[in-house]
Amino acid sequence: MSDKRLWALFISLVLVVAVLFFWNLTTHIAFILELRAIKIGGLLVVGAAIGVSTVLFQTISNNRILTPSIMGFDSLYLLMQTCLIFFLSGLTYAHMPGNLLFLLNTLTMLIASVVLFTFVLKATRHDIQLMILVGVIFGLVFRSFSTFIQRLIDPSEFAVLQSVMFAQFGGINEKELLSALMLLVLVCCWVARKCQVLDVMLLGRRTAKSLGVDYDRLQFMVLCAISILVSVSTALVGPIIFLGLLVSALAHSLMKTHRHALLLPAAAMISALILLLGQALFENLLERQSTLTVVIEFVGGLFFLVLLSKGKIK
Amino acid sequence: MISVSTLTHSLGHRLILDDISVEIPKGKITALIGPNGAGKSTLLHLIARQNPVQTGVISLDGEDIAKTASTDMALRMAVVAQELGVASRLRVRDLVGFGRWPQHQGRPTEVDKAAVEKALEEFHLLDLSDRFLDEISGGQRQRAFVAMAYVQDTDWLLLDEPLNNLDIRYAKSLMAKLRNMAEEKNKSIVIVIHDLNYALANADYFIAVKEGKVAFAGETSDVATSESLSELYDAEVNIIESDGKCFAFHH
Ligand SMILES: Nc1ncnc2c1ncn2[C@@H]1O[C@H](COP(=O)(O)OP(=O)(O)O)[C@@H](O)[C@H]1O
Ligand SMILES: [Mg+2]
Repeated sequence: MSDKRLWALFISLVLVVAVLFFWNLTTHIAFILELRAIKIGGLLVVGAAIGVSTVLFQTISNNRILTPSIMGFDSLYLLMQTCLIFFLSGLTYAHMPGNLLFLLNTLTMLIASVVLFTFVLKATRHDIQLMILVGVIFGLVFRSFSTFIQRLIDPSEFAVLQSVMFAQFGGINEKELLSALMLLVLVCCWVARKCQVLDVMLLGRRTAKSLGVDYDRLQFMVLCAISILVSVSTALVGPIIFLGLLVSALAHSLMKTHRHALLLPAAAMISALILLLGQALFENLLERQSTLTVVIEFVGGLFFLVLLSKGKIK
Repeated sequence: MISVSTLTHSLGHRLILDDISVEIPKGKITALIGPNGAGKSTLLHLIARQNPVQTGVISLDGEDIAKTASTDMALRMAVVAQELGVASRLRVRDLVGFGRWPQHQGRPTEVDKAAVEKALEEFHLLDLSDRFLDEISGGQRQRAFVAMAYVQDTDWLLLDEPLNNLDIRYAKSLMAKLRNMAEEKNKSIVIVIHDLNYALANADYFIAVKEGKVAFAGETSDVATSESLSELYDAEVNIIESDGKCFAFHH
């Protein structure tokens, strides 16, 4: 039954991709196809990264309302990037090969987030409200610290930064996309092998440990996976705070299961579908590219409030 | 046999367990009793390796538990904690199924599935098996967790206040089942319990803890006296024998 739903998702995704790819081709076919491949590929990668990282984070934090972005992972990525630009000075940064830059960003993000969030998860394990509070404060602190450093950066360096600070689906860089894709595939291969033990983690630390699961090590590894995925999506399109929340809720209500082997692919595909359809709608019908993130944030944010007010923060 | 020697445990600056040395016999039901906050759960968690031992040694059948692999421990000892927080939406059958994880590590065989079905039946959970854990009552959840530990089929079973939330019928049937496991299958069971009558009727061995120290330990008939229990709880408890059975009266 559940597998059928996965197939349905997969087929709709393939159809949407095919339509968006071949739709309305008249002149400059090769050129347009290349542009489209990069754009669609980018959205697929971002969608999968957001879907998978959200479900993983909800598993290790034992709740269904927090997402990496709500906890400030995206802001942390931007902060790390700002710091790198500041310390390496904009020129070298702008002249570094795209791949190296991206990997360097991902590595700093990995270290910073694992250090921070291992601590946060330990300290707030039993208290979701506290965790939300910490996440909000983290987001604020990271953002204002980024702003502070940006003041110190000179204008030409700032231009480098500005392009990565806000969510935008337009300018996905081809080189970055390739490294991002590779990281995504690596992480997903690891996650696929851990699906079953991830199910056991749902029992919580204590019970999982009594079943012989090395919970703390696994939690650490999953945190690493999440930071890489957040780096991937933030590097490609910038921060999208509330998409993950929408996606995980949809995945849960569609699949009606706790099993990661079904939830993770479902979340990845739903997330990619939302991005592709939304992007197509706004770009082609409404001809307003920049408003897609605004709408996703608005709907997702509303949904977050509804969940909070319904007391579903368990 | 589990032997605990010179175990001391503190949280922050508070001494929770103070130099505990005690042995828990194999193949018997041991009741771990004592007032609220005495340190029973803390002791049980340390034995079950949920928290690291600070000072002292706990050994299981002669092997230091701190040096045993956790996958190995899971095959030898099952635990039901006092607080069963499960936030995520798991179904009863899935929960009980996780009890076989130590054996199958993600690849359940027919044997594992049969064991789960049998446990669901034995703990009267078949009707509930497709319900979500957050949509059943506290007592039903408690039974599901005990069933999960039961399918683990380990030599040692540790239960922290498993009678909480259970009505008389299920409490009786759980105690009978534990008795049966100890007698027929030679399982060793440690149970934290407040109901002295159930403890007197079913436990072979008593360990009493008070303010982080062992107050007394020994065979039920030797140590469970009116004086010792009254002193343990700072409340009057009378043990009365009738028809060869002991009863505790405290009001
Ligand atoms: N997380 C904690 N932090 C500090 N003190 C604790 C904590 N958990 C329990 N305690 C204290 O440890 C003592 C023993 O608790 P516990 O082992 O749970 O007692 P019980 O015998 O009722 O199971 C109590 O005094 C309790 O207040
Ligand atoms: Mg207790």
